[in-house]
Amino acid sequence: MVDPVIASRVQFALTTIVHIIFPVMSMGLAPFLVYFTWMEVRGGEAVYEQLRRFWTKIFAVSFVVGTVTGIVLEFEFGTNFAAFSTFAGELFGGPLATEGMMAFMLEATFLGIFVFGRERVSDRLYFVSSLAVAAGTWLSAVWILIANSWMQLPRGYELVERGGQTVVHLTDPIAAYLNPRFMFMYVHMQNAAVESVALFMAGVAAYHIFKHYVWGYSVQEVDFWEKTLKIAIVALLITAPLQVLHGDMYARHVHETQPQKFAAMEAVWETDSYVPEYLVAFPTSLDDITNPRAKELFGLGIPGGASWLASGGDPQATIRGLNDFDTEAPPVAIVFWSFRAMVGLGFWFILLAFWGGYRWWRGELLEDGLLHKALMGSSLLGIVAVELGWVVTEVGRQPWVVQGVLKTADGVSPGLTGTEATITLAGFVLAYASLLALYSYVVARIIRAGPPGTEELRTFATEADDPVAGVPGDD
Amino acid sequence: MTDYGAFAAGPLFGLPLPELWFALVFAILGTFLFLDGFDFGAGALFATREDDEERETILAAIGPFWDGNEVWLVVFGGALFAAFPAVYANLFSRNYLLLFGVLAALILRGLAPEMYEQRHDAAWQRWWGRSFVVGSVLTPFLLGVFTANWLTGSGALLTPVGVAVGSTLVALTVVSGAAFLRVKTAGSLREGVRRAGERALVAYLGLVVVTLGLLSLSTPRLAAAVTAPAVLALVATSVGLGVGYVAALRTGRDLLALVASGLLTYGLVAVVAFLLFPLVDPGTGLSVSEAIVAPLALNIMSVASAFLLPLVVTYFVVLYSAFSGPVRPTESY
Repeated sequence: MVDPVIASRVQFALTTIVHIIFPVMSMGLAPFLVYFTWMEVRGGEAVYEQLRRFWTKIFAVSFVVGTVTGIVLEFEFGTNFAAFSTFAGELFGGPLATEGMMAFMLEATFLGIFVFGRERVSDRLYFVSSLAVAAGTWLSAVWILIANSWMQLPRGYELVERGGQTVVHLTDPIAAYLNPRFMFMYVHMQNAAVESVALFMAGVAAYHIFKHYVWGYSVQEVDFWEKTLKIAIVALLITAPLQVLHGDMYARHVHETQPQKFAAMEAVWETDSYVPEYLVAFPTSLDDITNPRAKELFGLGIPGGASWLASGGDPQATIRGLNDFDTEAPPVAIVFWSFRAMVGLGFWFILLAFWGGYRWWRGELLEDGLLHKALMGSSLLGIVAVELGWVVTEVGRQPWVVQGVLKTADGVSPGLTGTEATITLAGFVLAYASLLALYSYVVARIIRAGPPGTEELRTFATEADDPVAGVPGDD
Repeated sequence: MTDYGAFAAGPLFGLPLPELWFALVFAILGTFLFLDGFDFGAGALFATREDDEERETILAAIGPFWDGNEVWLVVFGGALFAAFPAVYANLFSRNYLLLFGVLAALILRGLAPEMYEQRHDAAWQRWWGRSFVVGSVLTPFLLGVFTANWLTGSGALLTPVGVAVGSTLVALTVVSGAAFLRVKTAGSLREGVRRAGERALVAYLGLVVVTLGLLSLSTPRLAAAVTAPAVLALVATSVGLGVGYVAALRTGRDLLALVASGLLTYGLVAVVAFLLFPLVDPGTGLSVSEAIVAPLALNIMSVASAFLLPLVVTYFVVLYSAFSGPVRPTESY
């Protein structure tokens, strides 16, 4: 039997790693869907109805899988981390409840109209539904990140005795909930979601365009894919540079507020100034190759780079090393490499954005097979980068669940047995692997089927034979 | 640090906020069990219909609604967490495997309507049909077992009283599911589900009596609680509502039948709340006044909910009025 503490940690990590894919898809698609719907109801070109209908299908599948995996997450605070929930519930429960009422409800109800109700409601209400769905997805992230930012940077509380247990007592909600960390997380996450979806759209579109123009197969509705690719490139040109610039500010904030995490990101063991920014680093001894906390490292890097990053421009700045913290370091190698991979991907996305933009400007967007291949290969890398970023954030703050206040191991449900935890962990691995396979299968089918043909569009039906279509239902 | 003064000192306006939140948590649970209940009932009735077109109509009937309905369960979890954190933690960790069973059942049910229409071959639809039925029946059943454990303070997986409460909930979801499908459909399906609804109602009322009997045998505290006037009055009202439900179905006033089934659901949840009160978790012996969160957090949540819940109700009114009347052919997945 697996130790219940380890099983709970692995299970929660699995749940979040799988779950985050679906909110990224829905939060990232949301602004695009609002734009498509706006253009459609304003009587724009038929392609906007195709765009709206095609991407709504993918949104709907993502939302359903996101719902069923999201409820699991909420329940796991109680089932697996009861000690944490009792300890921090006074501060932590409120944002979760508010998320449900303010965001999830808005999204789930108006999604019913947005997915099924095009023929039932007026253009105006239909557009409002797209806005409500988008607002719901983005507000959801507000409350979840308010809760998470407090765990990274706990403020506005004191510890009190209650029922024989030490618990968090909320004393200053403004300090607790308007946390300086929140804005960093929110901007970084929302921009990442849009960027990831733009990469996904670009990859899918590039596949069809490559097939048509480079390979010479005839693809239905190839204009639709060209439009998709152009919209995605515009979104990438905005989000990709912003992500890296903002990420730099975020990293400085982490250095100020979570120095242990920052030291792990840079694999700094000894407090020092003029710390290099390692591009790669390896244990010097082969025996240490599987030890994520190996201290003797050989690295290649930019001299003074990490100090420069941490301080915002001073290569002489001091960085506190992991040896100077009382608690055990997080598994440094995981944090170090995830951070490097994420940043590397961030720069790669900028390159892709400008490459695509340049080809478009030169009128060669449809012919550059290498660009198409690069975009196809990168279609899922946005989501990979989001996962890596969350690994840095969450593994980097270990051993703490509430930074400096409660350790993750002390947050696990005291009554949980190894048998129970093992059963659910095995079930999870199985169920979530199937869920991912199923989701990928369905999305791939939707992509292969392509957008609805122009003959099916209501844009034409309304012009031809039904001048009043689009007014409210007649019952 | 900001001084929050009276806002942090005690309940806002001197209101009995702990008791109000206790009631609110159960009102939210009742709303979930009614709204998603008719989705579950529709799922159970799906098993009784052989015709492809009827099956697709059932899925189309719940299509725009079920996801929003299910969010009431999320809000129930959130409200319990926010108002009674220790109860949320104890109750959920004590019923560990049971709740993962609920989650698994919800996954089966939630995926099914979306997946069913993705492919049109028989094997695919047969399996997703099964997933839909199993998820729709298992979710209320396991939630019933969970409720029984909540009442008795047990953490067991399966007890006679758990089976009784679980079956009671399943029967109740079929009662409201039948009324819902009659509102949303026409023709043979609408005719066919009437008898199922009536039978489920008789089963429900019988099971309520059995359940209360078993509960009274389980703990001394419950033995006294089941004969409380409020509980007996609620049971008597339920019988009256049941008669009204059947009469409404037989005269074709389906919406009225749906309302009656809704009242039955809130009535059942009220019975559970009465059986618990003044405790909120007999398993740990925590009472409402002991388990309630501190005043500042409670006041913030009360103000937030007072603004947000009416808004949420508006969303549901917009949604249900947009899709009023029977399902139309354009609304399938």
